[in-house]
Amino acid sequence: MLYREAGDFKTSYPDDSQTFPIAFDRWRYWAVLAIAFLVIPFVINDYWASSLMVPFLIYAIAAIGLNILTGYCGQVSLGTGGFMAVGAYACYKLMTAFPDVNIVFHVLLAGGITAAVGAAFGLPSLRIKGFYLAVATLAAQFFLVWLFNKVAWFYNYSASGQINAPERFIFGTAVTGPSAPAWAQYLVCLVFVTFCAVLARNLTRGSLGRSWMAIRDMDIAAEIIGVNPLKAKLTAFAVSSFFIGISGALFFAVYLGAVEAGDSFGITKSFLVLFMVILGGLGSIFGSFAGAAFLVILPVFLKIIGVDVLGWPTEMVAHLQLVIVGALIMFFLIKEPHGLAQLWRLAKEKLRLWPFPY
Amino acid sequence: MTTKKLMTASVVALMAATPVMADLVFPSLSYRTGPFAAGGIAFADGYADYFTLLNERDGGIGGVMASVPECETAYNAEKGVECYEATKAEGALVYQPLATSITYQLIPKVEVDGIPLHTMGYGRTSAKNGEVFRHTFNYPVNYWDGASAGVNHFLDLNDGSLEGRKITLLHFNGAYGKEPIPTLEALSEKHGFELSTIAIDYPGQEQKSQWLQIRRERPDYILFWGWGVMNQVAVQEAANIGYPMENFMGIWWSGSENDVLPAGAAADGYKALAFHEMGSDFPVFDDIQTYVVDAGKAAGAGDQIGSVLYNRGLYAAFLAAEAAADAQEATGEPEITAAMMRDAMESLEITAQDMEDAGIPGFGPVFSVTCQNHGGDGLASVAQWDATAQEWSLISDFFPSDGEVVNALIKADSEAFAAENDITPSCD
Amino acid sequence: MSADFLYGIEVIINGLMAGVLYALVALGFVLIFKASGIFNYAQGVMALFAALTLVGVMEGQVPFSHVINAVFGTEIHHFGWEVPALLAIFVTLLVMILFAWLVQQLVFRHLVGQEPIILFMATIGLAYFLEGVGDLMWGSEIKTLALGLPQGGSLVVEDWTAGLGGDDFYGFFIDKLDMVATLVAIVLVAGLIGFAQYTKQGRAMRAVADDHQAALSVGISLNFIWVLVWSLAGLVALVAGVMWGAKSGVQFSLSLIALKALPVLMLGGFTSIPGAIVGGLIIGVGEKLFEYMIGPMVGGATENWFAYVLALLFLVFRPQGLFGEKIIERV
Repeated sequence: MLYREAGDFKTSYPDDSQTFPIAFDRWRYWAVLAIAFLVIPFVINDYWASSLMVPFLIYAIAAIGLNILTGYCGQVSLGTGGFMAVGAYACYKLMTAFPDVNIVFHVLLAGGITAAVGAAFGLPSLRIKGFYLAVATLAAQFFLVWLFNKVAWFYNYSASGQINAPERFIFGTAVTGPSAPAWAQYLVCLVFVTFCAVLARNLTRGSLGRSWMAIRDMDIAAEIIGVNPLKAKLTAFAVSSFFIGISGALFFAVYLGAVEAGDSFGITKSFLVLFMVILGGLGSIFGSFAGAAFLVILPVFLKIIGVDVLGWPTEMVAHLQLVIVGALIMFFLIKEPHGLAQLWRLAKEKLRLWPFPY
Repeated sequence: MTTKKLMTASVVALMAATPVMADLVFPSLSYRTGPFAAGGIAFADGYADYFTLLNERDGGIGGVMASVPECETAYNAEKGVECYEATKAEGALVYQPLATSITYQLIPKVEVDGIPLHTMGYGRTSAKNGEVFRHTFNYPVNYWDGASAGVNHFLDLNDGSLEGRKITLLHFNGAYGKEPIPTLEALSEKHGFELSTIAIDYPGQEQKSQWLQIRRERPDYILFWGWGVMNQVAVQEAANIGYPMENFMGIWWSGSENDVLPAGAAADGYKALAFHEMGSDFPVFDDIQTYVVDAGKAAGAGDQIGSVLYNRGLYAAFLAAEAAADAQEATGEPEITAAMMRDAMESLEITAQDMEDAGIPGFGPVFSVTCQNHGGDGLASVAQWDATAQEWSLISDFFPSDGEVVNALIKADSEAFAAENDITPSCD
Repeated sequence: MSADFLYGIEVIINGLMAGVLYALVALGFVLIFKASGIFNYAQGVMALFAALTLVGVMEGQVPFSHVINAVFGTEIHHFGWEVPALLAIFVTLLVMILFAWLVQQLVFRHLVGQEPIILFMATIGLAYFLEGVGDLMWGSEIKTLALGLPQGGSLVVEDWTAGLGGDDFYGFFIDKLDMVATLVAIVLVAGLIGFAQYTKQGRAMRAVADDHQAALSVGISLNFIWVLVWSLAGLVALVAGVMWGAKSGVQFSLSLIALKALPVLMLGGFTSIPGAIVGGLIIGVGEKLFEYMIGPMVGGATENWFAYVLALLFLVFRPQGLFGEKIIERV
């Protein structure tokens, strides 16, 4: 009832192959976009932007990136933190070397540089797979962080090794630096998220995405039907790293404004993004958003409940938070191993039949 | 765009206009969890207990109660930002970010929000130049003072000459650990000692390679910039290779009970820099017992009182309370704002009498702050661990660092920052 | 012999002993992976939890005292007794067995037949959970592990070898704790191999590792075997936790030692016990030697990544690992 696809007839090929073939989905998609672009910027404040919305959007980009690699192409990676660092440092070097160029290009270029680095670190995937590959990507993680810490050129020889984002403008409004208004930070991230999500969604529906999924489902069979594993795997690494690089650049320039490689892009970051992807749902763009939202909002929510409402000591709440997040992860995996996206699919099934279940 | 800006501005203004001004708010960005919890717990307890004492004993500061909302950062930059944004609307007077990474996040933010930042013995050293860093304070000492004070101590031990000696800096491989390198390089040129640096990666659980290298090179002195588990392992490994502990000196963050207790008797004689007194042999601790502990209002488990980091938290609270009282006096208003707090911090003067009145005679160095100098006079002291008595004690007076070397470096670094960020240094 | 050469040998000896400790952690991974196909990320946190429990029991700490105090406003911390070390180790083992049983009953029993990545994720969830529980139970301050293990360089070895290399050579440095750890690890591995070869449960364990279905059909209870391997992994975790905890005190960072074991696993294979041991030794020696020879040229602190790069290079040329069976894939 609520979720209808009946009466949705297609009379042309473009109709049939559009992104959201069901009219209801299409309307929902436009409604979400409209709220995100036209309502939220007017009501957002500093706290909401920098504690929830901006990190959520940035992590969503990273999760989409990792989902392409892990969810669509089946290559588990634990190097996300390292690749985000590449994006951040590339963005910093570009911002300081070419101060007159618009930051949007810096971010996109940073994504491109990360794509190249990611493809290089993706080479071992041609020889090893599964957990061995996952652990191998840790080599990228540790090596890149060490590199950014050690080679002073990357942080312009500053005394402490921190990189600071200088103030940059889009259409006359600051988007980086301390005086950037909350709505501008939010909007910049939102534009990038929309761009990345649309790009990812269409890539995964195209021939490239199909070749990734063929490799994921069975690499030898894929090879026999003519998918080039070298090309498929390396493009997956490159495209995935491109998104992750963008998220790293935004993470540094827009969200935090100052980072240090070991501190902000450590191994915990890699795990966090992997959590998002798996909790959200492997092989689902919507899942990437759901996972990112879940893991960004849940800790803040638990903290507000524990500290502000119940008045418990902060360290106890922080420990309980670990217990609850851990327990929830296990619970979800037991109840729904395919993540929040699968729950959403099931909900749609139910809504389609509601209120007459037969 | 302009309408949007206006709308947002009005919404933000609404949100910002509503803080409750009943209390003097001193947010505590603590870290009682995560890899550095052991250090964070004691500091946060000391910080909270001192304000509780003022509330219970004196009825607050100048008749206004102090409140210390605590927010857990787990030493993590993202959570630190969240904490800052969550508490700043409550009318926060001063922030102690307590982590290098959070400090670097907040330095530009506080400039815009107009809230002072106090990074006591950590953070960005060149913030001492108040002409560039208007809202950031790092009195009474900073890392470069520390490096220089350490070298000065070694100079004293060698009748004023380190010619031909070898000093090794063993450091955390990150922003914090790399801070003292420029200072030590300058000092090594000045005094003719040979400097080598050895980095330890986070977390520092495994340091065999580093200590084998030290054993091979046999430096005369080791300066140590470590934090967390790195400290305990380093002290243990130093004992293992039989390095003379009295030649091994940590920065103040590598000199608490936590760092030496696991090594037991072998840690005896280990030194650390300090900028405040150790132990609980001060009148204020009697008051804390009476008004805070016995009243059941102690922060945390209440078992940290008198430990090194507890005293540091207490000292930070004391400095903040003094500045708040000065601000009340200067403006005649009991409910001060962050801007008044900043002005008071910029003209802060801590005299022996001030410390006497607060029940902590001779607890820290005597110093004063000006606009040009947000970092005090760089006085530090050396503490040594006595493993039999299980206590740290100061073995020197507060002595000055090499201002000539340190200040030149601060000037250069802060001016580079100013140029990079289009700041015109000024005191107006 | 030149001093540099001798120091190189010293580095190798110390690398070998560090490698034994890495192997010890890796062993815990292998045990579980072999029997159930679970890549147990929580192994490091298990080491932390076991060590915390050991110290807590020895000192007679009241579990969850922080929580109880915070909720009920009481002031309890200790039972007021001290438990001798051996008894405390025994109690800790019981706790680890209970933990193994709970994990099996509540989590992994419901995940049988899932993809490996899902099982892996569940263990990460478990790691979070256990870390939080450990902190809530025993508090997050640093605890000193007073088992009376010897510490410090062995003077006997140092004096004995000091004459080998002239004035610049001060004799080999060998940490007594490392020697003890090596001994304990050898005993533990010998015991595990003996258990697997000569006992009924051990044989059942190997049968399960070979083939679940076949093992089931001859009447082996998979559930029991899985509880057993988790318990054994708990035992290994306890030993690893004690050996590392003796050096640094028992604290959060202990859980990060899992990261040291991962390159060992890559090198040795996830399913091979000898692989874990030899892999551990290679990684230990490799990273120490690299730090000694190349480290000073590139600024040091290379150990964290070099272990991974070493394992990666190795795998690219020999994907099945050191002792892993060559898997021939057919369509």
